[in-house]
Amino acid sequence: MPTIEIDGRKLEVEAGKMVIQAADEAGIYIPRFCYHPKLSVAANCRMCMVEIEKAPKPMPACATPITDGMKVYTSSPLAVEAQKGTMEFLLINHPLDCPVCDQGGECPLQDQAVGYGKDVSRFTENKRVVKDKDIGPLIATEMTRCIHCTRCVRFGQEIAGVMELGATGRGEHMEIGTYVGRTVDSELSGNMIDLCPVGALTNKPYRFTARSWELVAGSGVSPHDCVGTNLEMHSLRNVVKRVLPVENDAINECWLSDRDRFSYQSFNSADRLLVPKIHESGNWMETDWETALRYTVQGVRAVLSHHGAQQLGALVTPTATLEEFFLAQKLMRSLGCHNIDHRLRQSDFSDDDIAPLFPTLGSPIEHLEHAKAVLLVGANIRKDQPLLGLRVRKASLRGARVMAINSLDYSFHFDLAGKVIAPPEEIPYALARVVAAMGDSADAPGGLRAWASSEPTQSEREIAELLQQAGKDAHIVLGLSAIAHPQFSVLRGLAQALQTRTGARLGVLAEANSVGGWLAGCVPHRGPVGQDVGEGGLHALDMLREPRKAFLLMGLEPQLDCLESRVAADAVDAAEFVVRMTAFDIEDGVPGDVLLPVTPFSETSGTYVNCEGRAQSTTGVVPPQGEARPLWKVLRVIGNLLDQPDFEYVSSEEVRRELVWDADAYQPHDMPRMLSEPETPANGKGIDVERVLDVPLYKVDPYVRRAPALQATRDNPAPAAYMNSEQAGKLAVENGDRIHAHMGESSVELDLIIDERVPTDSVYIPSGYHETAPLGGVGMVRIVKVS
Amino acid sequence: MLSEQAVNEINREIDKYPPEHKQAALMATLSIAQRELGHLSTQVMDWIAAFLGVPPIRVREVATFYSMYDLHPVGQHKICVCSNISCMLRGSDEVIQHLEERLGVKIGDTTPSGGITLKEVECLGACAGAPMMQVGDAYHEHLTPERIDAILDELENSDA
Ligand code: SF4
Ligand code: FES
Ligand code: FES
Repeated sequence: MPTIEIDGRKLEVEAGKMVIQAADEAGIYIPRFCYHPKLSVAANCRMCMVEIEKAPKPMPACATPITDGMKVYTSSPLAVEAQKGTMEFLLINHPLDCPVCDQGGECPLQDQAVGYGKDVSRFTENKRVVKDKDIGPLIATEMTRCIHCTRCVRFGQEIAGVMELGATGRGEHMEIGTYVGRTVDSELSGNMIDLCPVGALTNKPYRFTARSWELVAGSGVSPHDCVGTNLEMHSLRNVVKRVLPVENDAINECWLSDRDRFSYQSFNSADRLLVPKIHESGNWMETDWETALRYTVQGVRAVLSHHGAQQLGALVTPTATLEEFFLAQKLMRSLGCHNIDHRLRQSDFSDDDIAPLFPTLGSPIEHLEHAKAVLLVGANIRKDQPLLGLRVRKASLRGARVMAINSLDYSFHFDLAGKVIAPPEEIPYALARVVAAMGDSADAPGGLRAWASSEPTQSEREIAELLQQAGKDAHIVLGLSAIAHPQFSVLRGLAQALQTRTGARLGVLAEANSVGGWLAGCVPHRGPVGQDVGEGGLHALDMLREPRKAFLLMGLEPQLDCLESRVAADAVDAAEFVVRMTAFDIEDGVPGDVLLPVTPFSETSGTYVNCEGRAQSTTGVVPPQGEARPLWKVLRVIGNLLDQPDFEYVSSEEVRRELVWDADAYQPHDMPRMLSEPETPANGKGIDVERVLDVPLYKVDPYVRRAPALQATRDNPAPAAYMNSEQAGKLAVENGDRIHAHMGESSVELDLIIDERVPTDSVYIPSGYHETAPLGGVGMVRIVKVS
Repeated sequence: MLSEQAVNEINREIDKYPPEHKQAALMATLSIAQRELGHLSTQVMDWIAAFLGVPPIRVREVATFYSMYDLHPVGQHKICVCSNISCMLRGSDEVIQHLEERLGVKIGDTTPSGGITLKEVECLGACAGAPMMQVGDAYHEHLTPERIDAILDELENSDA
């Protein structure tokens, strides 16, 4: 290793590194604006000038590779003169508006101006002014402040994979902006706010609501996906004002998805439920905890004595904490009932008994970027798990071949080396043909080829080949659409068959904190950490299909959070007694008997387990608002009031201590069962089309649905029916037509939008919207033009 | 959007680079498009972005960086005055003032008859002859008000 000297300190540095990296590793400070360890070197701000022995002039430390024997001086008179000179130039056009700038107090330019700037400017000419741009609902701009470091531009191009910002013009006329009036729409755009070293790009929703030095920081974990992103929530007088990433190279690096950054808006939403309520003659009446809890306990007792424990059902939001999942199942099980589940958007539970301990990525997150091939099945990894999407993009940039078998031709930020886009019903057969292309097998009666009923297509063969080439360096990923698929068990079985043949890793990316749900035993067929519970109970869908007499709903909105939204609404409607534990209020007329205000994740201590099986505990950053209380406490009290033993927990840590598992033991999936006979296609094919259903990323849970900034982005498609032009032609409908979409008994009126990402024989109707909720879940849809 | 001939020409440019570096042909493509259409409209830049597989903003970056590209319609003749450091020290301010007075338009504008567009550009690499300007493809150096008048006279006469 080359040896260099910085400010008289001898350092051994890996060859190929830049001076600034060597200095950073040794903790020697060099000022900088444009350099960022995760971005390419642009060397355009010139702030990092240092003196290098034998070099005739100061050199930029970020763009000067080290050489053996090099001697660097970071604060010699020559270096400091250059740094001060650069600062003077940077300040020529920078406005002196720090008092009204959100970046003030946490601004690298402000800080470094203190160190290297003059107290009086020698520049007496006019400063330039740059007109502001509207680049969308998340980022506010003040482009006069821009110092043209191009970090934001490089972030878009290199990390997010969509170049939306660019530097137009030249010299004095250079401006950072989007292409004529376009917005920045990346699901990661908020990171540009963090990257911008000045106040040119600031957080729009947070704008002017606090000064950085007044804020109190507390750490948290994002519950919106299975990544377990590390956050810092900043609050002012107990109100969360903004969310920033906490660097953790093993999980989120230094990034944060927009969903994780802006979902905090929901904590302060106008419909936060702050007092318990009881439903009386059509209206929700406010009451106190004592009354509400007494009412709850009476109701549960009544159902227990009239109908028995089997008539209870408990559904828990997948964003709940490990401790909440645990207490919910403990409560139900001590009442003698296993009807408990958090898998609200799953429809096929038939391989529950052979499923692994919990759904996992099958490797540490970091490994994903070193995969040589990635096969996405029913997965929109870019939007559903934005930070895992980044890892796949990195793998792709390193040469990995990424392939997809999906029912929507998603636009990814990496190139696809192969893809099959087909209606949901076709997906298992396509996957089976990929397996069969590697050699037939007895996984299905009569062999896989026969089961799949046709020979592998060219693209299926290619996918098989690329997977085989990559062997154990391949990664197969089942995403949210695969989990929601009516034949999820078949997909998982086939993916396992692929895994056995290639040695690839297999990952199942479940929602939110679903891993925690599995581990805590918040599933009907297993207790905590996979404990045997004998017979077990009903899973989420059966509880609704065979409606229970009483429901305990924890943190969910049935029509929006359950896959079979209509069945869910009907079941809740018909139930005798419904307890809703929720952070958000409910409109009059919505069924239920008691509303218990529970806290969102900013006000709760608890543990989240990510797709690696990594458990991360948080303490909550602000006290509960109003009368709201953490769900784990509410469950504990209900346990006590129902006279159940062992509900004496005084802290969530105490609950957590009951759950011990070996996080490193990635349990392999069991071998798949033989596939059964193929389902006969639903009748009406030809006239009817199959519904493609996915939940847009800003509709996944009650928090994000209440974040106005996220709702205003372009990532939420309109609640409409999307079809490709060929299919629209067949059905004689056109873009912009009003149509009725019928599924079984139910129907809704929607706009028809032509969208070529949707395969023929299907229609994409997103769920998670009030407008589409009455329709229900998966299945065939009949489209009829409104006359 | 562009004639077949122009598209062929662009394809020839693309062929000069390895296929994964198609974008290297961007500057040549912009020139070809501008020669054919007179200026680079948003539509044609969108078309070029799609044709070369680069983000539209990238095309705009390049088109706005180089002063030889015109994003708005220009007159029959284009006068590009250098105002960069050498020319500035040698009196480009007076050159511009004289041109503006004589033509009756400001920098960036076109004479009402549509004859002449006046543009201010960065160093054209003829510093030794500062102050200078470019008319069409021709460089004119060591400018004085008299020389400028002579050049403009000639231009106007050639149109008449
Ligand atoms: S907007 Fe901010 S990040 Fe972007 S170039 Fe300007 S100063 Fe740099
Ligand atoms: S940090 Fe080195 S030039 Fe900007
Ligand atoms: S400065 Fe005018 S040509 Fe170089």
